[in-house]
Amino acid sequence: MDHVFFYLFACLTLLCGALVIVNPFTRNPVTSAMFLVLTIVSMAGLFIQLHAFFLAAVQVLVYAGAVMVLFVFVIMLLDLKEEEARKIKATMAGLATVAVAMIALAMIHTIKKSTVGFTLEKPAVEGSTLLIGQRLFTQFALPFEVLSLLLLVAMIGTILLSKRDLK
Amino acid sequence: MNPISLQDYLVVTVALFCIGLLGVIVRRNILVIYMSLELMLNAANLALAAFSRFNNNLNGQIIVVFIITVAAAEVALGLALIVALYRRRQTTHVEDLATMKL
Repeated sequence: MDHVFFYLFACLTLLCGALVIVNPFTRNPVTSAMFLVLTIVSMAGLFIQLHAFFLAAVQVLVYAGAVMVLFVFVIMLLDLKEEEARKIKATMAGLATVAVAMIALAMIHTIKKSTVGFTLEKPAVEGSTLLIGQRLFTQFALPFEVLSLLLLVAMIGTILLSKRDLK
Repeated sequence: MNPISLQDYLVVTVALFCIGLLGVIVRRNILVIYMSLELMLNAANLALAAFSRFNNNLNGQIIVVFIITVAAAEVALGLALIVALYRRRQTTHVEDLATMKL
């Protein structure tokens, strides 16, 4: 059963991920955004396979919810119509594909040769909300607080950037 | 059939990362480039979660929570930059935004 779900979600993630960047039918950014939502949701399935239940929930809430809404909102705001017409240079795209494929092959080769991570006999960690929350507020309390500062900085930055006359 | 191993997850991760990298290189729309960047970040998240599970160490998942927060802040800022850029240049096409090119 594990295998079925792993391969299902892995294939779904990769397929939707590929459709984000190369869609044979349209080059509309909205379609890319929608496929990115599908990628993220199927990746949440992979997180559940890894027993990272809290991460799966956060992935759907934050990424598929907040971040993608932001993306779609900006796409709507910019009203991109004529962007679809442009051509991608075929030679450049081919060269890029070859280069990236070589990087992928090198990485996969390294992974296959490495001896890390043989299958565990007993199930390992459970990423339950309770355990993650306990660590977040004890061992990682300082990074957690710094993170709130980061969000504040991002908020101020966004407000400044969206002012009409930047001085 | 062998159980799903760490290697299987890492191969998926690498594939997803490379799809994102390819998108950053090939696509010319700055919004789609930004989405590809998100894809690459997500691949890193998946790798961290997989390592966390198979090494019996919960800290990997804590890092993922941090990364997701940072990514949310990054998206907000980046999209604000794109909107500011669009307001000035009326384009989201990277080849029209080459004033800093040598």
